[in-house]
Amino acid sequence: MVELVRKLPLPQRRLPASPVLLLLVAACIFLTVGSLRSTIFAQLTVAGVATGVVFGSLALALVLIYRATEVINFAQGEMAMAMVYVAYQLTLWGLSYWEAFFLTLAIAFVFGVVTQQVFIRPVQGRSVIAVVIVTVGLFILIDGLVEWKWSANQRFMQAPFGNKIYHVGSVPIARQDIGTIAITLVSVSALWAFFRFTKLGLGMRAGALRPAAARLVGVRTNALLAVGWGLAAVLGAVAGLMTEPAEYVLQPTLMQPVLLYAFAAAVLGGLESPGGALVGGIALGIFLNLVGQYVHFVGSVLQLPIAFAALLLVLLVKPTGLFGHRAVRKV
Amino acid sequence: MRRNAPALVAVALAALFFALLPFGLSDYHRGLAASVAVYLIAVLGLNVLTGYTGQISIGHSAFMAIGGYTTAIMSHYHNTNLILTLPLAFAITFGCGVLVGLPALRLSGVYLALATFALAVSIPQLPLKFSTFTGGSAGISTSKSVSNSWLYGVSWSTAAIAFLFTWLVLRGRTGRAFRAIRDSEVAATSSGVTLAIYKTLAFGVSAALAGVAGSLFVLATNGFAQPNEFSVTLSLKILVGAAVAGLGSLWGVLLGAAFIALLPTLSASAPVIGSAHGQDVVFGLFVIVVMILLPTGVAGLIPRLRRLRAKA
Repeated sequence: MVELVRKLPLPQRRLPASPVLLLLVAACIFLTVGSLRSTIFAQLTVAGVATGVVFGSLALALVLIYRATEVINFAQGEMAMAMVYVAYQLTLWGLSYWEAFFLTLAIAFVFGVVTQQVFIRPVQGRSVIAVVIVTVGLFILIDGLVEWKWSANQRFMQAPFGNKIYHVGSVPIARQDIGTIAITLVSVSALWAFFRFTKLGLGMRAGALRPAAARLVGVRTNALLAVGWGLAAVLGAVAGLMTEPAEYVLQPTLMQPVLLYAFAAAVLGGLESPGGALVGGIALGIFLNLVGQYVHFVGSVLQLPIAFAALLLVLLVKPTGLFGHRAVRKV
Repeated sequence: MRRNAPALVAVALAALFFALLPFGLSDYHRGLAASVAVYLIAVLGLNVLTGYTGQISIGHSAFMAIGGYTTAIMSHYHNTNLILTLPLAFAITFGCGVLVGLPALRLSGVYLALATFALAVSIPQLPLKFSTFTGGSAGISTSKSVSNSWLYGVSWSTAAIAFLFTWLVLRGRTGRAFRAIRDSEVAATSSGVTLAIYKTLAFGVSAALAGVAGSLFVLATNGFAQPNEFSVTLSLKILVGAAVAGLGSLWGVLLGAAFIALLPTLSASAPVIGSAHGQDVVFGLFVIVVMILLPTGVAGLIPRLRRLRAKA
């Protein structure tokens, strides 16, 4: 089967268009020069990367599902939030933070698979609107269940990385930021390796890009869709567990703003591009931090509208996002 | 004319029912019934866009916010007659809808959903920014508040006018163009439907109805316009209402509106779960189950049953 799947005409990986590449290089130079000249700038940039990778990993979860099924999962953030509560409950039962962390990831996988099988599969293949509304229903349902079980009161978890601060030159960098970046990058790399090097991953890529052909050569696309939802839930759980220490408190609205930024990041990078989602997330994280600090008109209130104005601008100039490719359709 | 006779009788009966209903209701229930009418107008608006023209929108709470703030600001600063603010909200949100429709011409499907979502998230932040004029997070109130009976009368009359308006828009050439765009943009263009005109028109009409609903929504919440009343959740609620009703059906809208307006209140006293959190659980489950079991919404149920009976 693997041999046959390898022969499927999957599109080759392409570099993003040269203007986009130039833009990214220019942004990198700007950030480096700025960081060298100003301590605050450097501090904001590093903190921006830390929030950005979290946006990016949730965006990646969205992209994973979008690539496989062409729908946006509006419940992605709430699923992540529910998993943070599961981790919280595990620590209450006496597990250490990291035991709870890894157990939660396993639970998240099962949760994702079950959600797909029970709620999404019956509407799979119907209109986009139908699936979107089911995920909206899931959003409300999970919110209600969490508030029922744990109430809407604020909870506190132990900080996974402590609150130590390192100094690189004169730039203070929180240990938590480094930990967040490391954990997220490790999980994203693991995911990439899974898709690149395992038989299951190959089958999933084939199923996402050429469903009919993949089925013909023996890929069980339906089962793999469920695995995709499971993996997305795991990524979401990582994002959630990394958001919680940054917010200091755990409450049911934990992931709602993160989900909004993840949407923006995913669209910025092009909904079909996993790398784009991550780059989009990091870019958004840095951009918001810098704009919030240096453009006084924006402050903290207008961050969201600014993020979405940027998003709208990208969509109008390049409707497929920075890393997306225009799909050619026959009519 | 004779062909339409049963429909006309049904309309007359419905009008009579809603005219007599308030006399049998307590003051609290009159307010609740008025909120059904408010949601009815909003769901009707979304149905024009999503159900008939095939353009998804999660941004209707933004249009409702604009309409609502129009009413509150006009009444607060200029003491305008509250009923006069409704057509004003209609006109302003029509313009806003056309403006949003222009960039939306380039987007479709999921991208359009996300762009309108962005709108719904961004608009409620604006009153916070310009708080000296709009009252910030505390909100801004109309110069006088209204009774539930007044609200009932005005909202249901407005709903009736909005219903008639929508029916007139959809029955002729315009409605045909909308449906053609929904079914196939390519086919519509090649039969001479100018996409740019009809899509922006659909956005305008849809937004205008949402704006009027927003005005009434503000009046129904003691005349207060507050940013967090118009959160994305409101958009999602309207979308759920439209989907439950059955997209592309005018009659289902009433059921959809009743569903989203009344279910949270009814399920607050649900057995087992009960209390305040129960309503979310019941609401969410209901939405999912309806979508799974009734692909064409409640309105699609009757033709489906008829087809089943014809088969048997």
